[in-house]
Amino acid sequence: MEKFVRLEGLVAPLDRSNVDTDAIIPKQFLKSIKRSGFGPNAFDEWRYMDVGQPGQDCSQRPKNPNFVLNQPRYEGAEILLTRANFGCGSSREHAPWALLDFGFKAIIAESFADIFFNNCFKNGILPIVLPVDEVEALFQQVEATPGYKLVVDLPSQAVVRPDGHGIPFQIDAFRKECLLNGWDDIGLTLRHAEKIKEFEARRRIEQPWLFAQ
Amino acid sequence: MSKTLYDKLWENHVVRQEADGTALLYIDRHLVHEVTSPQAFEGLKLAGRKPWRVSSIVATPDHNTPTDHWEEGIKDPISRQQVETLDANIREVGALAYFPFKDQRMGILHVVGPENGATLPGMTVVCGDSHTSTHGAFACMAHGIGTSEVEHVLATQCLLQKKSKTMLIAVEGKLGKGVTAKDVALAIIGAIGTAGGTGYAIEYGGSAIRSLSMEGRMTLCNMAIEGGARLGFVAVDDTTINYLKGRPFSPTGENWDKAVAYWRTLHSDPGAQFDRVVTLKAEDIRPQVTWGTSPEMVVPVDAVVPDPAREADPVKREGMERALQYMGLNPNTPIKDIAIDKVFIGSCTNSRIEDLREAAAVLKGRRIAANVKLALAVPGSGLVKRQAEAEGLDKIFVAAGFEWREPGCSMCLAMNADRLEPGERCASTSNRNFEGRQGPGGRTHLVSPAMAAAAAVAGHFADVREVL
Repeated sequence: MEKFVRLEGLVAPLDRSNVDTDAIIPKQFLKSIKRSGFGPNAFDEWRYMDVGQPGQDCSQRPKNPNFVLNQPRYEGAEILLTRANFGCGSSREHAPWALLDFGFKAIIAESFADIFFNNCFKNGILPIVLPVDEVEALFQQVEATPGYKLVVDLPSQAVVRPDGHGIPFQIDAFRKECLLNGWDDIGLTLRHAEKIKEFEARRRIEQPWLFAQ
Repeated sequence: MSKTLYDKLWENHVVRQEADGTALLYIDRHLVHEVTSPQAFEGLKLAGRKPWRVSSIVATPDHNTPTDHWEEGIKDPISRQQVETLDANIREVGALAYFPFKDQRMGILHVVGPENGATLPGMTVVCGDSHTSTHGAFACMAHGIGTSEVEHVLATQCLLQKKSKTMLIAVEGKLGKGVTAKDVALAIIGAIGTAGGTGYAIEYGGSAIRSLSMEGRMTLCNMAIEGGARLGFVAVDDTTINYLKGRPFSPTGENWDKAVAYWRTLHSDPGAQFDRVVTLKAEDIRPQVTWGTSPEMVVPVDAVVPDPAREADPVKREGMERALQYMGLNPNTPIKDIAIDKVFIGSCTNSRIEDLREAAAVLKGRRIAANVKLALAVPGSGLVKRQAEAEGLDKIFVAAGFEWREPGCSMCLAMNADRLEPGERCASTSNRNFEGRQGPGGRTHLVSPAMAAAAAVAGHFADVREVL
């Protein structure tokens, strides 16, 4: 996993609540057995005028000019700004994969759905929860300011606006350390393999019915 | 100190804990399907790791298998590749049980696990599918995980988790005629909102919940995630234990007695404290119909489509307007005046034997309306299908004009050929009415099986209480 320390990036606003994982990556594109290549189909049904097919070359498809991420001013955005309950719905990790492949490395919202939030960390994407009034102010600034950039500084846990206003955010200490170091969860957990074996051995004795072969 | 059921389940699975409370939890059951596992198996192989305990795995393809013409195999080459990849991966690593495509016991994982006794009370159950909360009906700590976590569980038999807050949703009283677990699930989401349960583990309690069958409890817990909660569960009682007796992977003999003694402890202690308590009166719950593109956009069947003009919150109002536009509906239209094009009875929410019985009770001696282009009945598993056929339910569905299909996820998420065309409107017993969920441009209204059957007969939404 890539490390996440500090990001200065262009901000794109997606002014909707309850953006679900079916909208982020429609199910017809889940048929791939790879982790990469989902970016061209991120937000497919909002982004294109036609109905997309898996495996299709998306560069020639008609784009919906009204969809915000199609506007040239947001091209190359690395920070997505959105509203409440972002990523609700399914557990498909294809959603963060698609957002990462599209170019987003951080997502700022009033709130996130639990499973999506968790999946972000596994892919080096930083999901940031900010208070409603701060999010509202950011929407106003982004829309009023072409080329609007934010700094996301993980060590100090702050989002810094161009006017210098810093907005603190919370993150679990363990998740922060994993992101800062780009640690692989599995490698970390396997350092405790002996503890897992002990736990399992005790469980086999106490609740043998859980170990049907 | 009094403990909640969640406290007990949590404590029983903690292997170790970080300073910030992040715990390593042991996983008892790992359900695996074709869509969210290939990248995990590949990652495992690339890292040169072996699965930790293959006897924890129960696998079956379900998301994109076809539901008709099984003799022709899987025509879509990309779907076929996913199913063949699952075959190859399970063949290589092994499993407690694998029900491949066309196997007699193949079906939707969340139907297959419980009916085989592979879901037992007190287990941690995970799967790369958010509707894993279904297994909470058995007092399991069961939730959906992403593919990275599927790989993590394969490699370590553990997951990194932080403890959730607790919510008790108590439904007290007696449900009225024609009001089912699905209506309770939708009414709860209507009350708390789709983000109401975010960060919480929900325990469903109260006399109305205790009177539900295991099928009903599975329907209820299945939709915990639609209320934002990864976890939803119900305490163990006689209904749970009676359901499990004699299932293929249920314990037997001395182990059964030991297991039952433990299972009897799986309830919240009297006086246990919850972070939030929500109480609903069963008598207030009427058959529900969703009108928008989020499960919280739901009203009783005898109500009208809400009017955004009466919503004070501008963000909500805009969301309602967008939903009405997508759904092709006008504010203040009576729900019963909404005509439908298709009907889908199936999905991990509502494809069990009791669901099919409830729909068949409405359909018996009746026919679907002329404007209904397609009505699908898709049993949740091969075992459900055979049970339904033994009871003659298939004949009732077919006589009414339904297609009686092979098991699978089908039109719940339309990864296979079963889907809506743009603009088509569907009465569906599934769990998500998101834009495009049942096919690009398709319009989904979530209802119970009995309500879907009533709509099929009327050609528009109808109050099942007037039909029964």
